[in-house]
Amino acid sequence: MAQSIEQTRDGDALVLRPRGRWVVAEAQALDDRLGEIRAGAARRVRIDLAGVEAMDTTGAWLLFRLKRGLEAGGAAVSVDHVGAELAPLLTQIEKRQTSPVKPPRRGFGPIVLLAHIGFRTVELLRLTRALLAFFGEVAITFARTATRPRRLRFTPMVAQMQRAGVSALGIVGLLSFLVGIVMTYIGAQQLKPYGAEIFTVNLLAVGFLRELGGLMAAIIIAGRSGSAFTAEIGAMIVNEEVDAMRTLGLDPIEVLVVPRILGLILTLPFLTFWADFTGLAGGAVICRLSLDIPLTTFLAQLHSAVSLWSVFLGIIKAPFFAVCIALIGCNEGLLVTRSAESVGRRTTQSVVQAIFLVIVLDALFSIFFNELGI
Amino acid sequence: MSSASDVAARVVRVRGLATRIGGRILVRDVTFDLHSGEVLGVVGASGSGKSVLLRTIVGLVSAAAGTIEIFGDELSRHGRADLRRFGTRWGVLFQDGALFSSLTVAENIMVPLREQLRLSQALMHEIAALKIALVGLPPDTADKFPAMLSGGMRKRAGLARALALDPKLLFLDEPTAGLDPIAATEFDGLVRDLKESLGLTVFMVTHDLDSLIAICDRIAVIVDQHVIIGTLAELVGNPHPWIQAYFRGPRGRAAQIAEAANG
Repeated sequence: MAQSIEQTRDGDALVLRPRGRWVVAEAQALDDRLGEIRAGAARRVRIDLAGVEAMDTTGAWLLFRLKRGLEAGGAAVSVDHVGAELAPLLTQIEKRQTSPVKPPRRGFGPIVLLAHIGFRTVELLRLTRALLAFFGEVAITFARTATRPRRLRFTPMVAQMQRAGVSALGIVGLLSFLVGIVMTYIGAQQLKPYGAEIFTVNLLAVGFLRELGGLMAAIIIAGRSGSAFTAEIGAMIVNEEVDAMRTLGLDPIEVLVVPRILGLILTLPFLTFWADFTGLAGGAVICRLSLDIPLTTFLAQLHSAVSLWSVFLGIIKAPFFAVCIALIGCNEGLLVTRSAESVGRRTTQSVVQAIFLVIVLDALFSIFFNELGI
Repeated sequence: MSSASDVAARVVRVRGLATRIGGRILVRDVTFDLHSGEVLGVVGASGSGKSVLLRTIVGLVSAAAGTIEIFGDELSRHGRADLRRFGTRWGVLFQDGALFSSLTVAENIMVPLREQLRLSQALMHEIAALKIALVGLPPDTADKFPAMLSGGMRKRAGLARALALDPKLLFLDEPTAGLDPIAATEFDGLVRDLKESLGLTVFMVTHDLDSLIAICDRIAVIVDQHVIIGTLAELVGNPHPWIQAYFRGPRGRAAQIAEAANG
């Protein structure tokens, strides 16, 4: 039977006879009905529960709210025929003071937008300061580790190198190989009208060795390992592992951050070299297959186009990229607060910031090298 | 409504259940019925598989053997797909509350309301406020995020969410652990009142002897991979050394138990 409320007058008293199931599943219908009830002139209200088939806490709350509302209107309210098993429930509900909860207020659009911009700006500045402070802290820890090399956690560092480096060989190699293919095709297309296809090799060699190899490796590692650093350290924060470390007298920077940064510094140059190699290999394959440039010619042209110095210039940037990626990854990880959403947000930030900084740094290097005339 | 005593409706029926985690069998041959309005307390040494038993019965972990029927419906061996069906009919409180960390307490409580029912925003907020008050949290907890709460408060908020849909069956994993004694006593009182008014059936993993004495009708003890079920008086008389140590140990408040068992 559906829930209903029968209203009758008995002299100066209003008699309410709720019927049916007063349970949460019917709450909306009940709430709508209850809104229509007015005590009017009645000074006394009697609520007769005899017809109620079932009642749960939500139903009891609605009843209590009705009673309170009528009482606030100046009527004396009595509740009759409370079943033996309903009594404790009603007492529980009446005992608890609930205060009405206001749904959150929504502000005026443009002001909210303005406040949001301001908030983000302040947050960005704060973040920059935090990152610099973190950098300083890490530098001090590094110095301390350098004077006492035994404090260096060697095993975790090697484990990080394995995970960030060796395991990434496949994806870095494959993507560089493909980019090498693309660059060779595009270069050959542009140079063909001038009969200068052979210079495709120069384009590829300079492009990959000076810029692309390092950038490819750094961006892949930022997405792959930077995010892993943030998520790992973040999950440890959520699990209170970092706090536990501190109380055990361990420095999280020494235990978690230094091995990751050092590991990446030692790994990324090799990955850069690997990206250079596979990128050139991709180019060599296309030169052989579609441009009829045999491998020996390719190598001879390569030799004349670039020197070992170019390879070195590409690789020298890698440790700086590595510091950027690992520093941001660890910093964002340590900024995680104890919620799942925060881990996700920080991980996203970590990747975006790391890629951004890697590209900015690369641009700075280009300007610097250009000014030096190399 | 009929009182709990004459409705012998079987809410949970477990037959020959074996639980397993990581290939290791924790308990075997678990057979029991849980009747409407009954509170069953589960005790056992740490690592004996109390929580895994609870997780198996609610279908989060698949059983190694045996059958589980809830409200007369069989939970299939690989129960994940079934959980949706049961979600409205039971409430589960996890050890640390398991609140959704990106939602406020009020929003956490509104999750099941929003998923299962069509209610107005204002009514949902009212119900959330009611549940928060019911579990004894201050009203301003509503807008707080779980990370801002203490362990005990998170637990109560978790209970508030478990109670959101006023389920007939409640699974509690160590509900009073981490609460101060006064809050724990209030909690026992709340469960008892809800049980009496709503005919609530409770499956409760606990270490709290006071809870066992105050609200549990029967107690299940996990020893040597088996479950021994009985009333408090029966178990106190059980010669098994672990059970004796548990109920009669320095924390066992032997006198109090004897009194409860006789009275």
